[in-house]
Amino acid sequence: MKVRVSVSLKPGVLDPQGRAVHHALEGLGFAGVENVRVGRLIELDVADDTSDEALDDMCRKLLANMVIENFRIEKLPETVGAA
Amino acid sequence: MRAAVVTFPGSNCDRDMAVALEEVSGIPAIRVWHGDAELPERLDFIALPGGFSYGDYLRCGSMAARSPIMRAVIAAAERGVPVLGVCNGFQVLTESGLLPGALMRNAQLTFTCRTVPLVVENNQSLFTSGYDAGQVIGLPVAHHDGNYFADSETLDRLEGEGRVAFRYGEEVNGSQRSIAGVLNEAGNVLGMMPHPERAIEAAHGNRDGRALFEAALKDLVGA
Repeated sequence: MKVRVSVSLKPGVLDPQGRAVHHALEGLGFAGVENVRVGRLIELDVADDTSDEALDDMCRKLLANMVIENFRIEKLPETVGAA
Repeated sequence: MRAAVVTFPGSNCDRDMAVALEEVSGIPAIRVWHGDAELPERLDFIALPGGFSYGDYLRCGSMAARSPIMRAVIAAAERGVPVLGVCNGFQVLTESGLLPGALMRNAQLTFTCRTVPLVVENNQSLFTSGYDAGQVIGLPVAHHDGNYFADSETLDRLEGEGRVAFRYGEEVNGSQRSIAGVLNEAGNVLGMMPHPERAIEAAHGNRDGRALFEAALKDLVGA
């Protein structure tokens, strides 16, 4: 089973990296960008019987730092007939 | 006295830390490898050094905080053994839960390497009793991720309990309330971004870090 974990900074936590990317986008002439937040994407390939609790635990214990980050777990549908 | 310095893959201030401990106490520090499951017996002092453990993978200090030796370090800290974490060692302490908060990318996004003024906020701890309260000292910093963050409730609690050991005397990295070093509730764990071990002898051009080791080790030498 493929699982995608998105880790993002909590609202209210300043993101200097996002701010720099924002400035760079403006520098390239892209108008209308209101805000940029930079996060992290982690893809896991886990046993099919991995429980939701175990996935949640992996995020809380290692993949995200709960002091500053939130996470979202997404189970990806298997591609039928994929090689 | 028995002091140990833990080396993780990617630590680079471990030797400096060991030299500082020996220079001040006269007793060689025991070097411990991250993969060891146990610490040497009867330790009086544990130091987690600076560096880039595990290449800063995932988050600074996150992998080191979960390495086998850290279970033993956490248990020792809970028994009251003094633990000093400097720079990456501070990041390991927050990631392991021994200290509150987190260390984020510097607000200015650049790696910052210079000697900065530090205000001694609490001189009652076992690490800081060699300084005067409010004394301004200078210590080198060298980090990319030293921007201390905690929610305002936690910050208020740290300040109320006198757990802010050092504050920057100028803007360095965007840290909340200019916090440079924090203590745990019991006062036996100190994490700080500046490097006291790089300021202990005349050749360093600055000896302001020496008083920290002298205070922390003074009751241990001969023990």
